[in-house]
Amino acid sequence: MSGGNGYLSPSGQEIVFVLTGLVVLGAAVLCVTTKQLVHAALWLVVALGGLAVQYLLLTAEFVAWVQVLIYLGSVVVLLLFGLMLTKAPIGPSAEADSGNRPVALVVALAAAGTLVTLVADAFRTAWIDLDTPHGESGPIGDSLFRVWVLPFEALSVLLLAALVGAIVLSRKDTPDAPDPAGTPGTTGTTGTGPAKGGGR
Amino acid sequence: MHLVYPAVLSALLFCVGLYGVLARRNAILVLMAVELMLAAVGLNLVAFDVWLRDVTHAGQVLTLFLIALAAAEIGIGLAIVLLVHRRRGTVAVDRLTELREKKPVT
Repeated sequence: MSGGNGYLSPSGQEIVFVLTGLVVLGAAVLCVTTKQLVHAALWLVVALGGLAVQYLLLTAEFVAWVQVLIYLGSVVVLLLFGLMLTKAPIGPSAEADSGNRPVALVVALAAAGTLVTLVADAFRTAWIDLDTPHGESGPIGDSLFRVWVLPFEALSVLLLAALVGAIVLSRKDTPDAPDPAGTPGTTGTTGTGPAKGGGR
Repeated sequence: MHLVYPAVLSALLFCVGLYGVLARRNAILVLMAVELMLAAVGLNLVAFDVWLRDVTHAGQVLTLFLIALAAAEIGIGLAIVLLVHRRRGTVAVDRLTELREKKPVT
């Protein structure tokens, strides 16, 4: 908090952060407004990659690389799998947005106005000291396996439960169960996606 | 760096995700918007953790847990969406009105 500069003389880190933030925000807006479904997933890649850059700027390097590996590497690929397995149309589709779009816009703008006013007023004078890094892999791993080891193990159980749940959900129905809409061609292909999803 | 920059950015990103959740029709696009909201929360956690210099790195460890939880959530969510697509033939969230209250007969 001490040693904070004014807002009129930004440091280099702040300039880079604001520029990356504009890219992230623009990509996020395009992700939720584009009419092309596959493009939305690709804009999500840009937004999450920009967030990884911002983690690096905040000296949280371990979180940044985990973000790149898991979000960019697997979550977006899973989303693309999902889009293709649900036969998403290639090219612009007029039905990407539902009818409550104006209401959603009003709600989002009201929430943004409230949150930004509140946050800007509360933390106007707070200053992050970035001269000494605070997120290298060594100290993070140290506290992860020393202080937070019980939540870590609980999380591994939860991932196992998610894996089993995804397998159960995506299993083909047994022959005696009624399956009015399922055709053999679609059930065969849809079975592969969620099994990959649970494996993360 | 002023704390306001990451805090305001994460608030705005959260609201963009909120808009996406409310306005999108395809269930997978709704899941993408949920991912945006989770990522915004992660940025907030990391910024405040670096600001407070927490010796146990609580914010960053929670962000790591959040990323893992997001991966699990997307796996289960996609499994459910694919099952719905297989059963109903659509993933439009406003067309799945099976459980909706019946309109009163006037």
